[in-house]
Amino acid sequence: MSKTIKLRKGLDIRLLGEAEKVKTSVDAPETVAVKPPDFHLMTPKMEVKAGDKVKAGSIIFHNKYQDSVKFVSPVSGEVAEIVRGAKRRILEVVIKADSEIQYEQKTVPALEGMSRDDVLKTLLDSGLWPFIRQRPIDIIANPDETPKAIFISAFDSAPLAPDMDFIVHGQDEFVQKGIDVLSKLTEGKIHLNVKGNGAPDAAFMNAKGVQINNVYGKHPAGNVGIQIHHIDPLNKGEVVWFINPQDLIMIGKYFSTGMFDASKIIALTGSEVKNPKYIKTVIGTNIKKLIADNIEGDNVRYISGNALTGEKIEADGYLGYYDNQITVIPEGNQLKFVLTKGWLAPGFDKFSNSMLFPTWLTGSKKFRLDTNTNGEERGFVVTGEMEKVFPMDIYPMFLVKAIMVNDIDAMEQLGIYEVAPEDLALCEYVCTSKVNIQSVVREGLDVIYEECM
Amino acid sequence: MKFLERIVENMEPKFAKGSKLEKLHPVFESFMTLAFTPKEVTKKGSHIRDGVDLKRTMMTVIIALIPCLIFGMVGAGHWHYVANPTSDVDVTNFWADFGPKILYGLTVLLPLIIVSYGVGLTVEFIFAIIKGHSLHEGFLVSGLLIPLIMPADVPLWMVAIAVAFAVLIGKEVFGGTGMNIVNVALTARAFLFFAYPTSMSGNSVWFGGQPDGFSGPTALGDLATFTSDDKTSWAFQSVSDFAEVYTMEASWMGYIPGSIGETSAVACLIGAAILLFTGIASWRVMISFFAGGLAMSAIFNAWGANEFMLLEPLHMIALGGFFFGGVFMITDPVTACQTNTGKFIYGFLGGFLSIMIRVFNPAYPEGVMMAILFMNIMAPTIDHYVVQSNVKRRLKRLKTA
Repeated sequence: MSKTIKLRKGLDIRLLGEAEKVKTSVDAPETVAVKPPDFHLMTPKMEVKAGDKVKAGSIIFHNKYQDSVKFVSPVSGEVAEIVRGAKRRILEVVIKADSEIQYEQKTVPALEGMSRDDVLKTLLDSGLWPFIRQRPIDIIANPDETPKAIFISAFDSAPLAPDMDFIVHGQDEFVQKGIDVLSKLTEGKIHLNVKGNGAPDAAFMNAKGVQINNVYGKHPAGNVGIQIHHIDPLNKGEVVWFINPQDLIMIGKYFSTGMFDASKIIALTGSEVKNPKYIKTVIGTNIKKLIADNIEGDNVRYISGNALTGEKIEADGYLGYYDNQITVIPEGNQLKFVLTKGWLAPGFDKFSNSMLFPTWLTGSKKFRLDTNTNGEERGFVVTGEMEKVFPMDIYPMFLVKAIMVNDIDAMEQLGIYEVAPEDLALCEYVCTSKVNIQSVVREGLDVIYEECM
Repeated sequence: MKFLERIVENMEPKFAKGSKLEKLHPVFESFMTLAFTPKEVTKKGSHIRDGVDLKRTMMTVIIALIPCLIFGMVGAGHWHYVANPTSDVDVTNFWADFGPKILYGLTVLLPLIIVSYGVGLTVEFIFAIIKGHSLHEGFLVSGLLIPLIMPADVPLWMVAIAVAFAVLIGKEVFGGTGMNIVNVALTARAFLFFAYPTSMSGNSVWFGGQPDGFSGPTALGDLATFTSDDKTSWAFQSVSDFAEVYTMEASWMGYIPGSIGETSAVACLIGAAILLFTGIASWRVMISFFAGGLAMSAIFNAWGANEFMLLEPLHMIALGGFFFGGVFMITDPVTACQTNTGKFIYGFLGGFLSIMIRVFNPAYPEGVMMAILFMNIMAPTIDHYVVQSNVKRRLKRLKTA
């Protein structure tokens, strides 16, 4: 039985620099990094040290407080450096990649004969486990729990997000294999949520053993949290797991071939990219070769992920573990004169969800937005603006205020278990008072994890 | 603009941390950000942000107030010349001799505005320096609202005290812009209303520069006399006599005495159009406020216990500060309900109570101020119940599942 979800709330931010639908490839990266901060609330315990040789699929560290969750190298080569930050926190494990990737070859028995525990163990030992994440809290799934359902969002609605249908095209076999693996993990359903208005790829539409749901609407319709809320809402004490389509394919590949193949297709997007396109690369790649000779100007921001939720990285930084996109937009670190570009300007260059700017006059014009906050942080004044872009039956401003005053009871009642920072990214975007809502939500989730899980 | 930019960049180090003028950095920042959007960029979370900010929001409210401001100036001049007739100025027609009227209006309003902003911003700057943040924009609107809800003859020193009280007790003690519980402008008016009632109500304050012995009540003041049992104290014989003097047209256009900015429903409606189009004021609050006022008037109409109640609903809401309150006061998002359902309840009760207070209590012919202040205090309670119903609804999901 499939469900149809129609969302009226939301906002599609029209940015310049959508990737052209061509798959290109670049030279293999010289270095690749796995960044422990990508796995929120996980403390790594290293199993290798600088100078050690690794293969693609070799374990490089595990969760200090949950030994079974292991993390592997996406490529073969030599561990070049373990970058530490304040309090000796491990920020990056950099691997100097071989030009030809050597895989750690394992033998995986036929899936049909495997029990849940076998599948679980295979996923954990192979380093595939971190691909499976959970709600609430939005962290790597806890293998000791059983989810009531597993969700796969088969499209990304974020600004300039890559077209998943284009990416998975032709990978039907691995998508199906991945789904078969997941179906061993839960008694409940596996929900595959496809874009309602559009033609989802056959790899999704022909999938067996899943409930295919059509989701219509603007961003954040593609966010798995929004889909969970409308299809099978989370209550206190319940857990659902979710996974990205590309990560699902990696699981499928491993169970078919016995190799941890970390290659994925990402989109290089943004107004400052000369030729936005799709690129075949690997998890954690250094972006230097990807962006070479393709960027306008140098006062730009590189973002691993999309412009709403991504992580700021350097021009020679590394792609985040779960990211399918690199966005390059101009930095906004210039003074903007009030009458020409500031708060009293006509504002044809600004994309606003409020009627205070003539965005509504500009039709389908695409915008070149920079990273300026366009104003200073204030107390909340305007009400009702967040509700317009937040398609859940939850009061976002009340929730954010409850988190700010650290009221755990109120957070629980107001629905903190159902949200992740990315779900409120648009609230942060439209906020007149420029409050950093995603950081606030993350702090709230951390408190809940500590106190209530 | 390069030279301005250079000035800003040269001045910045003088106010930076560790330098002599460090303490005055908030002042510098406040003025700097008026001219330039600062260089501040996003760090994490959403890397791009909407163009809208509080400065633009507040500025739009000020623009929406301009029709009321201009109308108020003409009105202040007109009623001055009604009380002090001269052969040069025609007072039979409101719009005749526009020049002298608006000039007089300017002499009334300009000092009021200067005092209001002067005192208010001084208090705000002191707090900004103590707290080390730049000036928050809330007072830019409050500072203009306060002169518009004063009678033309109010002494400036009273305005100064009222503004200081409102900013200090009404806002800053709660934490500044966005944290206040009651409307700042109405706090100023309520303060004067109770502290100096003779300067805020009665028959001798509405006509600027009014000579001794001249009696000039507002339409609502006249209506309030109907509630007395003693018919000889009535200003008119019946409500239909009243409607002949203060016609429906005069009441809507604003050709009646009253506080400076509040009289013209039409001017308020122009402001309302701007606020509703830009979405700054909630249509839910505004529409339900008027619905509430009309509903209460209609109930009184049907009841008809005294002459006051017999006034037509559409006439009733055009008098006094009902329109100004409904467009600019009750819609203040900080003090209003924050949930969409709550906004309907809040607005409706606001309008309903405004007319009820007005008719039942002749001591407060201006019920709008009291009603809105009361609803400001009730707003968090309304929100609480709306939010609780949402919480219960989501809890029920678990039981039914």
